[in-house]
Amino acid sequence: MSSSLPATSDLGEGLAAVPRPALGPWARAGRKLVSDRVAMGALGLFILIVLACLAAPLYATYVAHTDPFTSNVEGSITIDGQDVDLIQPSTEGLGLGSVPLGPTWDIHNYFLGADGQGRDVAARILYGGRNSLLIGGTSTAICLFLAALTGLVSGFFGGVTDMLISRLLDVLWAFPIYLLAISLSIVLISHGFTIGPFEITSGSLWLPIWIIAIVYVPYVARPIRGQVLALKESEFVLAAKGLGVPDWRILWRDILPNVMTTIIVFVPLMVAVNMLTESALSFLSIGVQAPDASWGTIIQDGQDLIYTRPWVAIAPGIAIVLTVLALNILGDGLRDALDPRAKLRIR
Amino acid sequence: MVSLLIRRFAQMIFVMLGISILVFLIFFATPGADPASRIAGRNASPEVLAAVRASFGLDRPLPIQYAVMMRRLFIDQDLTSFVNRGEVVVPEVMGAAPVTLSLVMGAAVFWIFGSIAIGLVAAATKGSFLDRLLMVLGLIGISMPVYWLGEIVNLITQKELHDTWLFSWVPQLGYTALTEDPWLWFKSLLLPWITLAILYIGLYGRVLRASLVEAGQEDYIRTARSKGLSESRILIRHALRTSLIAFVTLFGLDFGALVGGSALLTEVVFALHGVGRLTYQALLDLDLPVIMATVMYASFFVVFANALVDILYAILDPRVRLA
Repeated sequence: MSSSLPATSDLGEGLAAVPRPALGPWARAGRKLVSDRVAMGALGLFILIVLACLAAPLYATYVAHTDPFTSNVEGSITIDGQDVDLIQPSTEGLGLGSVPLGPTWDIHNYFLGADGQGRDVAARILYGGRNSLLIGGTSTAICLFLAALTGLVSGFFGGVTDMLISRLLDVLWAFPIYLLAISLSIVLISHGFTIGPFEITSGSLWLPIWIIAIVYVPYVARPIRGQVLALKESEFVLAAKGLGVPDWRILWRDILPNVMTTIIVFVPLMVAVNMLTESALSFLSIGVQAPDASWGTIIQDGQDLIYTRPWVAIAPGIAIVLTVLALNILGDGLRDALDPRAKLRIR
Repeated sequence: MVSLLIRRFAQMIFVMLGISILVFLIFFATPGADPASRIAGRNASPEVLAAVRASFGLDRPLPIQYAVMMRRLFIDQDLTSFVNRGEVVVPEVMGAAPVTLSLVMGAAVFWIFGSIAIGLVAAATKGSFLDRLLMVLGLIGISMPVYWLGEIVNLITQKELHDTWLFSWVPQLGYTALTEDPWLWFKSLLLPWITLAILYIGLYGRVLRASLVEAGQEDYIRTARSKGLSESRILIRHALRTSLIAFVTLFGLDFGALVGGSALLTEVVFALHGVGRLTYQALLDLDLPVIMATVMYASFFVVFANALVDILYAILDPRVRLA
């Protein structure tokens, strides 16, 4: 009998002949993503935008030589040897009122013109981008953390915990996002927020960050909870339970790695959605507060000038569209690479 | 079916209760400031503050305050604004509703037909240049802030090209009631409809394409194909039909949310005096009673719409009924 079986050394050789997959799932996904030229282009564009916004102080100081945060209504600049006022008397209609300087298309000198207070729009857009990106990124981090936590806990432990969390999420889910964000903003924006040692002042960027993070938690927590429910019944989790592995260890070592792909796929999509939400709130004057600027507040500044100096509102909008588009394309690529069957949708 | 209706109704009541408590807590119990000064609006005098305290029962325990609030919103409907004195809030909200409904319903027509057309064409030409072009356009539509798009539309149609044959028909911004002048109603809403619909055309077109492509791998499609049916018949009569179930669900949620106030940004940009713009005006004045009323009524509408969709869904798809 024993002679009919291959010797152990033969068996080893036979196995060695089969090439083992050299890469783990993460490395394979990484390769797939890197070979996705569209997604890489989008990533490149996004990095460029981030770098440009980070360089805002450099631009304002060394290139444009302006301070985009102080009102400069009386100021004037020199174009082709001529003095030009930043705020000029209106030439349209009845000639009443005033219009700010239009775009000069000169990178050193009010490239996109001035806003209603004589401030350099181009420099303001770079500075505003910092806030828009900061709010989009930070609120995404907070939102995903809270959502992962609630999704994992309510899916894994079930019972009363799950019922309570799910019902709360149901209520938040049924609440129109913008109305919830508006209600929270309006209440908090005038007086800030104090709980024990934590205090957020009314003009703080943390206010829009937390509000946006919280309103989107149900949208991420629900799919994660669903996945955890399925994973809980899977054989490797049951085996771990049978071996007496403590719950927190199962959550950390067996379940979290399996929902990690979902969470990662959510990252660029959530940053995009959060940036759009931030811009909308700021446009409604309940997001970022003066003297801080964001792309949304600059569009609001430009709203009154839309027929005379349209670039004040057009330019930050283009910045939003490019950034959000890059993030959405990146999100698509990431999903294809990590989790092609995922059906994720954020409203 | 009856038990489903009862269950769904009970759930609806529960969610409405939850939302009303949540709204109440946001406005009355968020730490930070005295709710009376929030309700009274900016720079209110001590007399107004005292009046607010008395009329909302702010010196009594929270559950009683909640009950007072709900009675004033839904039974007495006598909630008045403190910023614009004497303005009764609830009729105001009801008066603004037709504007919002006109806006959202018209936009819905555009986005249903637009997205089905895009989804079908893209799925039928899967992998082609046209498919990729449509999907990229859809993604751009999703990535544009709607209020910004609206301002660009205004800039082009009200100023830049207003004097050309192309856009000389565009009336001044604002709303005309359908009963007053149907043709003007249509003209003044056409551009807001399209602006609002673009996001959803992109979104739904992409979702529909993905679901059509997925359906293409199903057994029943293979059966249909092996029976010798034409490709267009397979796509429209077989694949589209199942894909529409998911479409209906999305539609119900988004339609409810839009009527419930998400159309706010479009209303603000196009100067349409709907529920959203009412909220916006109240926002600028920090006029809390108006905001409370719009938020409550709007979220109830959303909950109702969601329940309606679930019931429709059960009628469309027998599998749901049994679950």
